[in-house]
Amino acid sequence: MGDMNTQMLDKYRNNFLHEVEEKVDDGHWVKMCMQCGVCAGSCTFGPDWEHTPQKIFMMIRAGKREEVLTSHSMWLCTSCYNCMVRCPRELPITHIMHGLASYAHRLGLAPKNQPTRDFSLIFWDNCTKTGRVNELRMTISVYFREGILSGIKKMWTLRNIGRGLFFAKRLNPMELFVSHGCKDKDGLRRALKKADEIEARRRGYAVQPRGYS
Amino acid sequence: MADMKTAAYICKGCGIGERVDTAQMAKVATKEGKMHLVREHDFLCSAAGVQTISDDIEKEGVTHAVIAACSRRAKTEAFNFTNIALSRANIREGVIWAQPDTEEARETTQEMADDYLRMGCGELKKMKLPAGVAETGHTKRLLVVGGGVSGLTAALEASRTGYQVVLVEKSAKLGGWSAEMYKRMPFREPYAEPQDTGMAELIKEVSDDPNIKVITNAVIGRTDGAPGRFKVDINVESGPSVSEEVGAIIQATGFTTYDIGKLPELGGGKSPNVIDQAGLERMASEAAAKGLAMRRPSDGGEIKCVVFVQCAGQRDETGKHLSYCSGFCCGASIKQAMYFKDANPGVDTAVIYDDLRVPGNGEDFYRSAQSKGVTFTKGKVTAVEAKGEVCEVKFRDLILDEDATIAAADLVVLATGQVPNSGVNIDIPAEEVEKMEVKPISILNLTYRQGKDMPQLAHGFTDSHFICFPYETRRTGIYSAGPVRRPMDMAQATEDATGATLKAIQAMENAALGRAAHPRSGDLSYPIVQLDGCTQCKRCTVECPFGAIDEDEKTYPVFNESRCRRCGTCMGACPVRVISFENYSCDTVGAQIKAVDVPDEFSEKPRILVLACENDAYPAIDMAGMQKNCYSAFVRVIPVRCLGSVNAIWITDALSAGFDGIMMLGCKHGDDYQCHFVKGSELASVRMSKIDDTLKQLSLETERVISHEVAITDMGRVPQLINDYAAKINEIGMSPLKGFA
Repeated sequence: MGDMNTQMLDKYRNNFLHEVEEKVDDGHWVKMCMQCGVCAGSCTFGPDWEHTPQKIFMMIRAGKREEVLTSHSMWLCTSCYNCMVRCPRELPITHIMHGLASYAHRLGLAPKNQPTRDFSLIFWDNCTKTGRVNELRMTISVYFREGILSGIKKMWTLRNIGRGLFFAKRLNPMELFVSHGCKDKDGLRRALKKADEIEARRRGYAVQPRGYS
Repeated sequence: MADMKTAAYICKGCGIGERVDTAQMAKVATKEGKMHLVREHDFLCSAAGVQTISDDIEKEGVTHAVIAACSRRAKTEAFNFTNIALSRANIREGVIWAQPDTEEARETTQEMADDYLRMGCGELKKMKLPAGVAETGHTKRLLVVGGGVSGLTAALEASRTGYQVVLVEKSAKLGGWSAEMYKRMPFREPYAEPQDTGMAELIKEVSDDPNIKVITNAVIGRTDGAPGRFKVDINVESGPSVSEEVGAIIQATGFTTYDIGKLPELGGGKSPNVIDQAGLERMASEAAAKGLAMRRPSDGGEIKCVVFVQCAGQRDETGKHLSYCSGFCCGASIKQAMYFKDANPGVDTAVIYDDLRVPGNGEDFYRSAQSKGVTFTKGKVTAVEAKGEVCEVKFRDLILDEDATIAAADLVVLATGQVPNSGVNIDIPAEEVEKMEVKPISILNLTYRQGKDMPQLAHGFTDSHFICFPYETRRTGIYSAGPVRRPMDMAQATEDATGATLKAIQAMENAALGRAAHPRSGDLSYPIVQLDGCTQCKRCTVECPFGAIDEDEKTYPVFNESRCRRCGTCMGACPVRVISFENYSCDTVGAQIKAVDVPDEFSEKPRILVLACENDAYPAIDMAGMQKNCYSAFVRVIPVRCLGSVNAIWITDALSAGFDGIMMLGCKHGDDYQCHFVKGSELASVRMSKIDDTLKQLSLETERVISHEVAITDMGRVPQLINDYAAKINEIGMSPLKGFA
């Protein structure tokens, strides 16, 4: 992954805006921002961000590659779409945020132990294996991502909810051992592989080996 | 007057008949008003009612009539009798609608109605039917000064409307700045690309037009006269001077770019690679003529990075540079950045702006530049330093709030503003002009007593009121158009020139008919002066907001009626009261004041005189009535043409007649004035500030005369002001001067 970052640095020199336009989903929209600040004012997470979308766009134009890609700002996006519906220039801001997060992850620059990122990885891993999300396994993976002790603590706090789910037949302990899957698991893998190839072709990436290939 | 036959018409419609005793009013008109003919009518503005009046004029020989019905602002078409002197007593909006419909209020309402009728009768007998100015000019040629896009458009529009034009241009060729431009901002759908200026076609069309006489290499040596009869001497550089007679003048003298030499901190004058927008236009035109790309001015090197610095020497708060925004420069920089991007998308173009202002459809143009990859950075440039063949641009990024640098700009374009070419600032005293290093050069060389050029509104722009009447200047028949009036781009200048042309045509036509121009359009009355009483005090000549009055050798005032706007400021200024209009004079208002029936001091019925500006305050009071916002029954309102026309004698008349208070309601004055006659309300406030001493000498409270600024929208506030004042008068007690008149 680190190699890819070096390649991109070489390719785009100091033109980060150009890099974003070519590599990030909806990145070509960034230049259309008119810096009105409506997105920053509309964001439900506004005060908690390191950089608001408005600033992220400005930083991209100013060539602050490292700062943007290592920032955890775009990982905080909750996809509420407030900014997107309000943007007078109709920029798909939410999508750009996700695009930037994904690109940062791909380059290996995304912040380590970022909860949203960890959750996303666990979720992806879990659902692409069988074509269905195994909620019990996923929950356990998320709870124990910071170690055994903190995992037990979290489970203990939520034990009543777990019990309630069990009696309502919404939680089957057997799932821990047997996962239900979709009918054509091979077909799913092939579809995902194809999608990966298409993306790689469009964006000019080398196809990265993933768990499902 | 022997042949004066007076008549009073009292309308009973719109509820007047139910609320007041019209028979009683008829008695007032006959006995006190001494009207020859008095009629009551159920519905006076109906065809039958109007016919009654017309018949009386024809058969009974009525010459003067007072109509006691609605406000003078209502039913003007029905009561449009141009062959008699007419007074309107405002019984509807001013009395029955402004008073509560209760049994207790009946008596005071009736008193009010009676008084307004008495006032109307009083005024009527002092009025004459305006005959119109006899000495008018009939020339309907138009002089256009300046041959840029504004001047050319003005000339062409006038010619197309069927008028002859004389176009004077200082330089050798027509076109001005616009002709030097490579392209102009888009003015048509889809507002995305720079467009051809079209100046070559415009110049050709003007040059080929048989109605337009073009004189280049020439300036105006002297302008004398008035609308309809201006005599203009045109000094031609090589050759004899030309004399032309014209009816109106359009000054389209444009602008000069702000000198970038005054901006050394932004690299102005320090490097050939730092230029202004006009410089870039020239570069672009020259390069395009040769079919080449633009090259770096210092060494002819390739241009890879261009930085546009917005608000260079503009919107300056330090007082060193222009304090205003020229409005067009953001759009111009967008256009110029496109020159580079369109030729080679690889060129880096950055626009560093504080606020990007693209009025009109410029927003689409801005978007187009963004999609072409022009970078827009919100920031403030602090320094431009030449480093060899390139420049280093330092700026404060206002979004990221940090200092930033563009290390190697091949070209830096400063967006400097427009400085109007408006000639001499006539408000600067002569002794200060003496001290100036560079003496201002007059453009029009007017022979007017008040100065050689048009008065300036702000920052040297020759406007008079940019909100209410944008094309009007303070010199009747002379209009400014284009960037000399306010900063603007080509599209705005074209529109501006068209508007000014129509105004100029209107002024010529009105002058030929002896009628006033805006805002008393069509008024036939004009100031008449009795010179034998004049003390040559010069107040009228100094204070006239429109420079209509000159002075002869003996410093007597010389009135130029066609230049006059009929505001009456001269009448208000005159200490010996020798200036009057046929239908509006010290006597017509004085007679109204004296006609009011003032009860004695034990009656508990004070009388308050309201002198209200007819443009704003009077309509506001009328509208208060329409909305049934009631106010004190003790006020008597007299509309005046402008507070500037209020003569101090009226205050004296009112106080000695026993009025307990006087309210003057006029327009807002000061920098953001709203006075239709520019200076009227301000002059009134200066004059009235001196009245306090007089009041003290008479041992009267200074609160007996007050003034307020009222806007036309103040229909809710005006009744409150009146009621508060009535309460104040109640507090300080009745005037001790009652019963002496």
